[in-house]
Formats: sequence, structure tokens, C-alpha cells
Amino acid sequence: MATKTKYKTVIGLEVHAQLKTATKLFCKCSTKFGAKPNENTCPVCMGYPGVLPVLNEQAVEFAIKAGLALDCEIDPNCKFDRKQYFYPDLPKGYQISQFDKPICTGGKLTIFNDKVVNLERIHMEEDAGKLVHASEDAADRLHGSDYSLVDLNRAGTPLIEIVSKPDMSSAEEAVAYVKELRKILMAIGVCDGNMQEGSLRCDINISLNLEGEPLGTRAEIKNVNSFRSIARAIEYEYKRQSKLLDAGEKVVQETRLFEENSGKTFSMRSKEDSHDYRYFPEPDLVPLAIEESLINELRENQPELPSQKRNRYVSEFVIPEEAAGIIADDEGLAEIFEKAVAEGVSSTKLANWITGSISAYLNTKEISIKETKLSADSFAEMVKLIEEGTISDNIAKNSIIEELLEKGGSAKAIVERDDLAQITDPAQIEAIVQEVIDANQKQVEQFRSGNQKIKGFFVGQVMKATAGKASPQLINESISKLLK
Amino acid sequence: MSNYIINKSALELKESFLSAEISAEEITKAFLERINQLDKGNINSFIHICDDLAIQKAKLLDSRLIKGEDKAKLGKLAGIPIGIKDLINMMGAETTAGSNILKGHKSVYNATVTHKAISEGAVPLGKLNLDEFAMGSSNETSAFGSCKNPWDVNRVPGGSSGGSAAAVAAKFCPLAYGTDTGGSIRQPAAYCGLVGMKPTYGKVSRYGIIAFASSLDQAGPMTRTVKDNALLLEAMSGYDPKDSTSINTETENYLEYIKNNFETKESLEGTRIGVAKDFTPDSLDDDTKAAFENAIKVYQDLGAEIVEVQLPKIKYSLACYYIIAPAEASSNLSRFDGIRFGTRAEAANLDAVYKESRHNFGEEVTRRIMLGTYALSSGYYDAYYKKAQQARRLIFEDFENAFETCDLIISPTTPSPAFRFGEKSDPLEMYLSDVLTVPVNLAGLPGLSINAGYDSEGMPIGLQIIGKALDEKSIYNAAYAFEQKSGVEVREPALEALV
Repeated sequence: MATKTKYKTVIGLEVHAQLKTATKLFCKCSTKFGAKPNENTCPVCMGYPGVLPVLNEQAVEFAIKAGLALDCEIDPNCKFDRKQYFYPDLPKGYQISQFDKPICTGGKLTIFNDKVVNLERIHMEEDAGKLVHASEDAADRLHGSDYSLVDLNRAGTPLIEIVSKPDMSSAEEAVAYVKELRKILMAIGVCDGNMQEGSLRCDINISLNLEGEPLGTRAEIKNVNSFRSIARAIEYEYKRQSKLLDAGEKVVQETRLFEENSGKTFSMRSKEDSHDYRYFPEPDLVPLAIEESLINELRENQPELPSQKRNRYVSEFVIPEEAAGIIADDEGLAEIFEKAVAEGVSSTKLANWITGSISAYLNTKEISIKETKLSADSFAEMVKLIEEGTISDNIAKNSIIEELLEKGGSAKAIVERDDLAQITDPAQIEAIVQEVIDANQKQVEQFRSGNQKIKGFFVGQVMKATAGKASPQLINESISKLLK
Repeated sequence: MSNYIINKSALELKESFLSAEISAEEITKAFLERINQLDKGNINSFIHICDDLAIQKAKLLDSRLIKGEDKAKLGKLAGIPIGIKDLINMMGAETTAGSNILKGHKSVYNATVTHKAISEGAVPLGKLNLDEFAMGSSNETSAFGSCKNPWDVNRVPGGSSGGSAAAVAAKFCPLAYGTDTGGSIRQPAAYCGLVGMKPTYGKVSRYGIIAFASSLDQAGPMTRTVKDNALLLEAMSGYDPKDSTSINTETENYLEYIKNNFETKESLEGTRIGVAKDFTPDSLDDDTKAAFENAIKVYQDLGAEIVEVQLPKIKYSLACYYIIAPAEASSNLSRFDGIRFGTRAEAANLDAVYKESRHNFGEEVTRRIMLGTYALSSGYYDAYYKKAQQARRLIFEDFENAFETCDLIISPTTPSPAFRFGEKSDPLEMYLSDVLTVPVNLAGLPGLSINAGYDSEGMPIGLQIIGKALDEKSIYNAAYAFEQKSGVEVREPALEALV
């Protein structure tokens, strides 16, 4: 998609983020994931006759925090509305949401350093429950299942829906937007960002048009819940819609479903079949009256945002933007990095280690830094040993870092145990260099006849003889001296 | 003994119980016996009778009294039997809302008002009949058979709290809970010669009361005397964190207020009572008009100042009400889909299950769901629901303006006394019986109905007293003055003739 395409793609996203409150939006049931079916329920979230909702104030604070982090206007007098439709996972027959007076309006988010994606609004709402379609035959689970079971553990869980303007034009931008949004929500502590558990889900609105022509008809792809699926769904939709347009046909305004297995989207319902949600103000709740002081307090105590952190890393620690991005965006890496820097070790070297060997290790093992045994102390100690010349980069790379990651412990102790300290006595090295020269007269001839490249061979031989412990600088000096 | 008990007021029964003159068990059994004799097949005011539970509760109260527990701790309603409208959840008992769709549905929790009644020492005897989901003015829409007016079993007791009104009038219980969305406490109170109070919106918790129209619903007390009524409101009202629309004010001691005011002064001097032409429609029947004019005279004689007030916008009340109430109802009743509770129809697929289960809604309920769904539909919302809410605001302002020159407003409660079964088959004609009570709900104000006399056929006629928001105490004071000094004869329905 990065390549030049015939049609312009216009993408707007609606991201549903589950707020990290201990209890549900309108009752005191737990929001904990993984409970037995219908364990976290009560008459209120099951919609029993006569129950009333009571708003969870923590959820409101989280929504305000999200709004502040995304530069939104906060409406202190927003209200809730009922959005009505029938489905067995929606116990009351309506979802308590916000229609014409959401808690946040406007706002923006920047991706790729300078691409601004504007926001329409953020509103609060409760989640629905879950249907489990049961059947003897696994293939029939979705359609034509024998019966369906209702699990209302998730019903009433607080969500915010973050609605962007149609400001994105590629799958890369859309994915970058959701990634950055996720980082922000995690950094301010309002969402755990766990996409597998459904804490962050996304509806994609996408249309195509020719440059200079009016916007095309959009399709909405519902409930896409991984970065990969977002990219695939958009790419598939581009192909599908452009094929229609190329053939002179029209794109139908409709809701579609992305199916992971096939990577295709399928029509769920057309505009004609779309729900009339019959919104009206929720009479069981009074309009909010958020104190200005609360908004100010939350604004003042806002944690550092990912973009702020990245910028700080570049300016304060003088590391490249790319490295700053990798480290600052990962809570665990950032923590270990900042602690190690505080030990007085070169931030550039630490950053190189993190983005180099450590990241490679984590990627291979598919784990996060928090799952390793590496401590900031031993990491700083190891880099300090390199800085002091006690060990070489290579020794650290080949013989120390992996053990620190896997078993922990002290770098110094490993150096002592395995006798890894560099040989820094010039006379000792000179003697070894002399031995190498004596044993390789042919190469000496080549060097003397002008082949400077052969010098590397001698260095390698010396390293081999010292098990990598000889100081490379001293080797070079010796070779230059003895081969003159 | 039995008659001696059932003729007592709630306050007298409490006194008898606390002074160990009569045990709570004896009181409870006397009322249960009367219910068993006279209700089933006749009045039909109870849908469910909870004999065992009631006797068990009464015995517990007796043992606490004998053990010498502090009398105040036994509660404001100690030893008094109460009937609960079957729209209100009571744990362990069936709560049906008078509908087939909830037939057999057992409450899994107590409504706040039920909890309050029990913790204040009242003994719930059972669940009272009502129009299905409180939608009706005659009790004819109940799925469990209509309830009859004890004054004349050929007439309706009113609705929707018809069972509550009939049960209190028939002395099946001295206290009953009703609910009032557009007049459902005051209209049946008027039809059965009782005192019925619709408190200020937010005064009484709605938690646990099956919602009809959330922005209008309010539970309230139905009793034979003003003081019993004040006692029950005091016990049932108060801020409830489980109801976000409940008002956080201190509880008031109405009996104390009456004592320090009318009972001491024996005059209503200084009280300005508003009368509005807009509140005395041409459709008033002659006896009702006469009773109302008499009431004005009674108040004049008691020293109150009668002032004329204007309420020009209340003529829009019914139109406004029949948009807002059905709209909210259509939403509130969405949950009755047969999936989790109540009656589920067996059908081939989900849509059919929904459809078939909903056939258990009666005709009037279905009509209101249809009305409300239409009014909220996209493209109609602005013209109907939004407009109605704007009109509602104007009606509220009408009352606000009127209350600048008066403390209370009086009107007839209903245009005419109780009608006969089947007499109002046209829904619109039925809706008109609430024309004088609906404006009070729209404005969220407190309103009470008290008996103001009888028509030529001996049917009771109601007087409505409306107060400022949260000024129930002034209403009670004026109602008590009327009860004591109006000279309106205290008659009783001749129930024994039925057996």
C-alpha cells in the first residue's frame, strides 16, 4: 500500500477501549477477565426488572484523562442516552451510551512524527455481553449452531469509543494510529491495551475516490481486534472496492465483517437494514456535573505521554529518534534504560545495547524485557566494564548478556568466574603477535607487498589465540609495530 | 376481636402492638382472615398473598417486643400490615407487574421501599393487583383479572394502583404502596375514598420498582387517614444511592409538623391556596364540581386565602404525557424478551422467540410500546419526544409562576367518580380520566388526593392538593385540616354484603 495507488483511500476509525476500572460502569460487579460464565453479574447488569444504573465515577475520570491526553474539549455537563436494539447479549434491550453530548469533543493524535489525525469525539458507554454459539459440529458454531449461551460477565464493562475524523489514507497510517492510541491509553493508565482479551477493538470506515473527486461511499468493517487484521482488512477492502469502481460499479454503504481465516470481509447488513437506535436521554441518570477542579487536577497530574517521553529521550539522553521510539514506547525497556543511565553509564551505549543485542534476543524469544532476569544494575555494570576496557564489546555480546537475560546475576561475577577480562599488558600481546607472525610467513609476505587488508587476518589469529580477550587496540598497535 | 383490629388506623395498630395490647401475629391474622374471606372471587385486590411470610415476620416482631427491645428500634411501622403493589420487587415473592410475561417471576432482590417497609417493622401481606405494567386507569388491563371497587363491585377501583386502593378501602390492610406515573395513586385513591400521595419526583427511591416511565414514576402511600399517610411516606422516603434521580434531603417528620401547625393553631390562616380555571374543565360532572366548590368553602372557613392562579399550558399535559410516557415505556419494556426471566415462548429461531414471547404483553401495553417506538424513531424524535419535553418544561414553569402567589393548588382529582367496567372502551376516553393528575407528574411536584364527598350514587369524590417541590408537609397539614374540619361524612363500603 505504500506504493502509489490509483484511488485515494479515506479511512476513519472508531476504537473501543475498555477502561481499567475494578468494577462495571453502572454496578459494582467485577470487570476481571476470565471468570466463569455469568460469575460477574448482578440484577443491575443482567437488566432485571426494576433495577437502576449508578455511574462509576472512576470511569468518568478515566474518560476525562483520555480526553486530556488526546487534546479534546471536556464537556462537564455531558449526559447519557439509551441506544436501543435487540440482541440476547444486551440485557436491557438498550445500551447506555452517549449520543449528542459526549464527554469529549475534538482532539488529535500525531503519528509518524508529523502526521496529525484529528478526532471527532470520545464517548462513554457500557459493553454488551457475549454469546457462545454451541454446536456439536465446530464448523456450525457461528451460523446454524444448535443453541447459544449468554455470558453477561462483560455486560456493563466501561468503554470509551474514540472516533477519529477520516484523516488516514493507508493501512500503515491506520495501524500507526491505533498503535499510538494504545500506547497513550496504556501510559495514562486507563486501558490495559490487551487486544487478545478484547480491551481494544476497532471499527474501520473506508472509502475510495479518485484524486480531485468527491469522497466515495464508505463501508464499515466491524470489530477488528489486532494490528495485523486492521492492515489486512484495509488492504482487502482496497482491492474489493477498487475492483468495483474499475468495473464502473458502485460501492454499497454497508456494515461488513472481517474474517481472519480467509482475510476477506463479508457483508453483514446494508444501510437499509441498519438499526434505528431510537436514541433518547437516559432518564435513570442525571446529566453529569464535572467539577472544573477535577479536570484541572487530572490535567496537572497527567503522566508523561509516549510522544513526550520520546522527545525527552532524544533531548535529554542524546540518543537517535529511532532508538528513543523503541525504548520509550516499551515500559520495561524505558525503566531499565533510565535506571541504568542513572548509574552514570553512557546513554548512547546503553541505547545501542537495548536496540541491538537485547531487542534481538527479545524478538527471537518473543518475550518482553519484564519476562527476563536482566536488572538495570547488572546491565549498567556490564556497560561500565566495557567503558573501562575491562571487557570488550564482543565478550559482552558473546559471553555475558545472554546469561544476564536468562539467569540474572552480576556481570562482574561472570567476568571473574569465566576469566573474561581483556589482556591489557602490551608485552604479553606483543609476544602473542610475534608467535602469529612467525607461524604465518606467507601472509606476512602479502602484507609487505601492499595488501593492507590482510591485517585483519592477524587480528583474528591473535583473538583466536586469546579466546577474544586481547584488547583490539593493543593488537593493532603491536601488529603495526612488528610488521613494519 | 377481628373487627376491632381491622377498623383501627395504622397509627392505632402500632400503638396497640407496642403497648402489647394486641400482638403483631393477631393483627396479621385478622387481616389475612379478612382477605381470605372477602378478596378472592370478589374484590380481587391481591395477586399473591404471602401468609406464611407475614405470620413469620409478625412472630419475630412479637418476640422482639417481649424480649424488651427498644420500641423505637422496632420501627416507624412496627406491627402494621402493608400491601405492596405488584410492580414493586419483594424478595422471594412473585413480582408480575400484572403481566403474563412475568407470570411466575420470583424477585431476586428487594426494592428499596420494600426493604424500608420491612426494616421499619411493617408486615407485608402480599402483592396487590394493578393495570398491566401500571398502564391503565381502571385495573382492567391486569392479566390476573380486574380488581373491583369495594364501594360498588360493578365499578372500577381506578388504576393503575387499583389493587392498592381497593385493599385499603376494603380494610384488607391499613397501608399500601402504590405507584403514580400520571395519576395512578391519586385517581384510584379518589375512586375509593382514600388518601393517596404522589410525592415529589426523587423523594422516594425507584430502585426495585419495575419502570413504566422513568422520568415520571414515583411510589407513594395509600391509606384511609392523612396521618397514616404521612407516617408511611416518612418511612418509605429518603435518599437512596441506588437511584441516581433520588433527592438528597433530610427526612421530615410530617406528624410532628401537623401537630405543631394545624393541630395547634386549628386554622390555616396565612396559607394561600391557588385555584385555577384551567384545572376545572367543562367535562367535570356536577357532583364533582359541587364537591370541589364545597372544598374551596371549607378552606375559606379554615382561614386560608383563596387565590386565582393561571396554568395556561397544562392543557397540553395529556398530549405531552402520551408521548413521553410511552416513549420511555417502549424502552423500559425492551428487556422483557423472554430470554432471561419471565415467560419464554418456544420457537424455531431467535426472532420468533422474541415475537412469540411478546405476545404475552396485553393490548394496552402493546399499544403504548408501539406509540413510544414510533415517537422515538429517527425522523420523528424532534417532532414528538423533543417537543413534548419542551412542552413539559413550560408546564413546569406554569406551576412555578403559580406558586409565586400561592402555597398550594387544589383541584378535583378526577373529572368524575369511578366508572363502570367496560364503560370506557375507547382508550382516549380512558386517558381523559387522568387529565387533572398528569400535569403534576410532568412537573415532578407532590400531589395528594383526599376524599371530598360522595356523588348521588354514593361514590367517593377526590380533592387534589398540589404542593411545591419537596413541600409535602404543607400538603399534609392542609389535608389533615380538611379531613378534620370539612364535615365530609366518613362512610364505609358495605363489603359484608358480598358474602
